Amino acid sequence: MAETTQAEISAEIAAIASEVRAAANAGAPPELQARRDYAPYRSSVLRHPTHALVKADPEEIERTSPAFGHTDVDLFEADLTIQHPGEPLGERIVVAGKVLDGEGRPVRNQLIEVWQANASGRYVHKRDQHPAPLDPNFTGVGRVMTGDDGSYRLITIKPGPYPWRNHLNAWRPAHIHFSLFGSAFTQRLVTQMYFPGDPLFALDPIYQSVVDPAAQQRMVSEYDHDLSVPEWALGYRWNIVLTGPKSTWMEQDDDHE
Amino acid sequence: MSSSSETGAFVQTPSQTVGPFFGYALPYQGGADVVDRTHPAAIRLHGRVFDGAGVGVPDAIVEVWQPDESGVISTELGSFERDGYTFTGFGRVPTTRAGDYTFTTVKPGVAVAGGVAGVAVAGGDATGAGHPEAGAASAAVAVAGAPYALITVFARGLLHHLFTRAYFVDADGAESFESFAQTDATLSTVLADRRATLVASQDGPGSYRFDITLQGDNETVFFDFDA
Repeated sequence: MAETTQAEISAEIAAIASEVRAAANAGAPPELQARRDYAPYRSSVLRHPTHALVKADPEEIERTSPAFGHTDVDLFEADLTIQHPGEPLGERIVVAGKVLDGEGRPVRNQLIEVWQANASGRYVHKRDQHPAPLDPNFTGVGRVMTGDDGSYRLITIKPGPYPWRNHLNAWRPAHIHFSLFGSAFTQRLVTQMYFPGDPLFALDPIYQSVVDPAAQQRMVSEYDHDLSVPEWALGYRWNIVLTGPKSTWMEQDDDHE
Repeated sequence: MSSSSETGAFVQTPSQTVGPFFGYALPYQGGADVVDRTHPAAIRLHGRVFDGAGVGVPDAIVEVWQPDESGVISTELGSFERDGYTFTGFGRVPTTRAGDYTFTTVKPGVAVAGGVAGVAVAGGDATGAGHPEAGAASAAVAVAGAPYALITVFARGLLHHLFTRAYFVDADGAESFESFAQTDATLSTVLADRRATLVASQDGPGSYRFDITLQGDNETVFFDFDA
């Protein structure tokens, strides 16, 4: 059986996008999230629930989150370029921004974990068989705690795009994986940060699983010359917004008043 | 800035899949051991993650977040650097090639509202029932619910993580689960024919099995807490 082509995948992506545009024109609210069932991303077909999620009020355990801090995460872990004796190859970058909740308030002192491919598009993972070189000076794993203003700053290497087997000639746009905790477990988020202007966006079913164009843009960092460090690194800014929380910010509310 | 926050202009960042290559990044030493195996109340919480074809999912990662055995929600640091004694309530483990996961943990008590702010911890009352302390939020919180662990599943192919709950039922406790179901606000809303997917059932001394079926006839109940 012939492998699915990019043209076939692109046609599926376009059909779903046009349905969503038509719905939006008819007044439907925008889709803020990735679709769980997104057939162009073949791995989602057998792995998405078919029943509607059961709406539930979060109980105490869901309104809280594990405590991470200085005993869990070293300050140096925010720099992915200093984990080995030598300098990694590739384009050194600063990635910085703020983590906010749905009302724009800083998500303070919470954990961010990141992982990514190296500059050649290769992960340090035994199942990554992409024949691109590993970099002995780059692992591609980092962690950082947000500050009191919700801010974070990472130093890393710009990851390369890489091939995968969703269909023939499938390539992922360059991205950095982010895992975040908020002050409530309901805010938990795992996502990917992309780089502006990537020509692979239109072709990539994982990026396109977020169908609304405005929502897609929320996954894309912006080049920020003020974050660039002269003679040293380019800067990308990416702010992240977690859901809610509705009930865990009472003390801060009082402080605001 | 405050005006934009008041208008609710901050829209959530979309989720994306954890992908297949998290194995060198998210798992960590001791991630499966919410308590040490020598803990007097240690239990095994384990199961298999199934896809819609009934095949085990070998590239999922499962997180647990739960109160301790008396219902207190931990505020302790140290989930990444286990000392073998401090209960932090959090664990994370990738599935095996067969799709199996195992945590060593304790059977949670019913979560105590004030425990999180530290007001209800001092009394040494290990029943987990009540704690009507004068703490701010506790008065309004019903603690009659059933004890459970929050389970979160990530996997290649899952574009958004899934939340479920493992309710603990002892080998002789089928009836107690139905009585939970009547008192627990969430369980009472779940259709009777799907409730059983939320049961971590005792499959041996100190061992509870909680399979997670992403899709299909026995699809696990997954929750949306943003309602």
